[in-house]
Amino acid sequence: MTDQIASITPVATDLNTPCSPTWCPGCGNFAILSAFKKAATQEGWNNTNTSMVAGIGCHGHIVNYVKLTSVEGLHGRAIPVGTGIKMANHELNVFVFTGDGDCMGEGGNHFIHACRRNHDITIVLHNNNIYGLTTGQTSPTSPHNFKTKSTPDGNPDYPLLPVPLAIASGATFVAREYAGNVKELTELLIRANSHKGISILEVVLPCVSFNKEFGAEFFKENTYRLPEDYDVTDKVAAFAKALEWGSHQVPLGVFYEEAKPSYESEIPQLQHNILLENTYMDRDVTGLLRKQG
Amino acid sequence: MKSYNNLRFTIKIGGEAGQGIKSAGVMLAKVATRSGYHTYSYTEYPSLIRGGHNVTQIEIAEEPVTGPSDNTDFLIALNQETLDLHANELTSGSGVLMDTDKKLTLPKNCPFEVVSFPVPLKELAGKDLLVNTVALGATLALLKGDLEILKDLLQEAFGAKGEEVIAMNVKAAEAGYNYVVDTYAKGKNVIYKNYLEKKEITSDQIVINGNEAVALGAIAAGLQFAAIYPMSPISNILHVLAAHQEEYGYVYKQPEDEISAINMAIGASFAGARSMTTTSGGGFCLMTEGLGLAGMTETPLVIVDGMRGAPATGLPTWSEQSDMQMVLRAHQGDFPRIVLAAGDPEEAFYLTMQAFNLADKYQTPVVLLIDKNICENDQSFSLFDTSGYKVDRGKFTMTRVEDFKRFALAKDGISERSVPGSGNFFIANSDEHDEFGYSNEEIANRNEQMQKRMAKLETCATEDMAAPVLYGPEDAEVTLVSWGSNKGSILQAMKGFKERKVNFMHITWINPFPAEAVAAVLTKAKHVVNIECNYSAHMGSLIREKTGIEIKDNLLKYDGRPFFVEAIEAKLREVL
Repeated sequence: MTDQIASITPVATDLNTPCSPTWCPGCGNFAILSAFKKAATQEGWNNTNTSMVAGIGCHGHIVNYVKLTSVEGLHGRAIPVGTGIKMANHELNVFVFTGDGDCMGEGGNHFIHACRRNHDITIVLHNNNIYGLTTGQTSPTSPHNFKTKSTPDGNPDYPLLPVPLAIASGATFVAREYAGNVKELTELLIRANSHKGISILEVVLPCVSFNKEFGAEFFKENTYRLPEDYDVTDKVAAFAKALEWGSHQVPLGVFYEEAKPSYESEIPQLQHNILLENTYMDRDVTGLLRKQG
Repeated sequence: MKSYNNLRFTIKIGGEAGQGIKSAGVMLAKVATRSGYHTYSYTEYPSLIRGGHNVTQIEIAEEPVTGPSDNTDFLIALNQETLDLHANELTSGSGVLMDTDKKLTLPKNCPFEVVSFPVPLKELAGKDLLVNTVALGATLALLKGDLEILKDLLQEAFGAKGEEVIAMNVKAAEAGYNYVVDTYAKGKNVIYKNYLEKKEITSDQIVINGNEAVALGAIAAGLQFAAIYPMSPISNILHVLAAHQEEYGYVYKQPEDEISAINMAIGASFAGARSMTTTSGGGFCLMTEGLGLAGMTETPLVIVDGMRGAPATGLPTWSEQSDMQMVLRAHQGDFPRIVLAAGDPEEAFYLTMQAFNLADKYQTPVVLLIDKNICENDQSFSLFDTSGYKVDRGKFTMTRVEDFKRFALAKDGISERSVPGSGNFFIANSDEHDEFGYSNEEIANRNEQMQKRMAKLETCATEDMAAPVLYGPEDAEVTLVSWGSNKGSILQAMKGFKERKVNFMHITWINPFPAEAVAAVLTKAKHVVNIECNYSAHMGSLIREKTGIEIKDNLLKYDGRPFFVEAIEAKLREVL
């Protein structure tokens, strides 16, 4: 599977930028970038209909490599920026790219609250179980006893699993894919975006430089696809499935999907127009001022 | 009565939290305003919802009244604590309305002969909730107020709760009013004083506090998105915004914390919405990181900071002016920030409106400082006028521009802005970036982009910055310097020193700072007193930093209370 990522060749599209990716050769982020560009090209995501936000971490560099108007925000804070964009213009497809450190560590609070609010955005969580950009410290998703530069004797903490956390927090679309499965990831990105409400897409990926434990081999050995007859609407079963993680026990695919009105569809001010198009010039507040007297 | 102005008097109403002290105070202020008077209200309460001592004082005068006195001319006591704590503020001949049901008594150490009016408030009310309304009715009878105005106000206040609630309150007000007339009138036309006797109304007056003024100013300025986490003393801003969002078509969102608040507002602003957040000092600390993000990505943003006693949880329901140096320095590195400070609700209204235009014009964060005394103290003003206001979006395009350079170099520091969905591509990048927004760490680019951003402050100083207002004669024996809510107490105190040549420099622009204008006043001044509600003289430090002038005479306080008018008068007597 390492080869699978290394063999990804950049597609020529209007979405290309003059910047060359600075990720390490073989980094799973290349695969995510490729899948996203494929999905965007296929779906016609462009600068008239789509915006992206990224946090800080290796994943965050993606904004430089996709020609879609974006914000590269602060560490852990990509999600509230994304929800702000969506509330201002809910006709945009909004993609929030974040990482395991970015949104399970620094921005955990935003993650759980975004899940319960059901804004119609897609959160792509790049999970490589390590801090890569800061050259290899333990992450909130690193396993117990995991040896890193910050845990030379093994990680004393236990890992957080994003998928059950998302389901427990109320997310209405929760899925996991392995970065190397570019075709499946492309399809999932499209499906996540078309879901009305919050979509959490965890993408597990190898960090070739700092995480020797969860390399391509690990994911090749241990992932399996949720069966065809799996019921994505059964929340309790989804939760049980989501807790699986280990030897030959890393499920891929959609864990849970629920039809529920999105946040934006329930706000009266957003029913006729996007927020930006509501009248805001020359407002008269005289009546309200007089009420104070 | 005050020696310098016998047309001004102070009514104080006190009781337990939960007894509706603040709402009774506001209603009394409105009765006075609708009877042709000017009012200023000041409320003290602890950080509790029930229990604890609450007190509101209402200054009533025939000419504008702008600050609190520490004397009380008429005290309404709903509990014993009010008498125990405030008897020493009474002056000879002050009136006291007190609840006989609770067997309230004046403390033995009350220094003056006062006129007391015991009224069985609880018995007349029937239930605890109505005691404050009975007291209002009784007060109007004692002060020759117009009961019909109070009835109108009750109708307005309880209209949404239905006829039954209105009728109950009207009945309670009448019960208090009639009891006083029956018991104390004895054929007299004026039972105690004619403080509230209706006069001819000459102007369109409103009663408003800073929170309401900020919220309504924001709406008038074309607010489209606000994310605000509740915090004393600014929570009422979000209450007002939440109530009117559907009518005006903006969105108020309650976020999970202040970090989310500022980042949501940045996201909405990036997408093109006129956006704001408001908080107090502790919440501002959490927003510090977002402040710099707005600066670096050149995203317009209005932040209102309602200052309270600090540090940490500090004095949550009390006032202070100690966030200025934080707001000036918060966040690592250099980026342009505009910082304004209002002196009263009227300034808060107009500066909020201006802040939205400044944020859009300069594509950078604008912080408006108000202190708790402004947030929560109601004051009467002539109806605010928004007819001269024009929404200014600055250099802003929604149409497709070929090869769009979001951060194009510009002499004035301001590049044309666009939004996602317009067809234009750019990155609002927290990393240093080139003209398109791509991450770029080259030396020349770094220098150009840094200089471009910082140039905005110079442009702003030239095109928008206002000089401080100098109240009083140009040539004075004493020059007072201050900012924030001290303005009201100082102006009130100066009324007693008309012939003694006192002037007052009120500063509203904190960054960029009108250094030349400030220095011009200070170099001419004979004796300067700097007045602030903080320990380390934030404004004094700023003036020294920007002008090199050190003000040696500082009148500072940090006990959470405002400067009462008498404290300023005492200082003036000392230096004159």
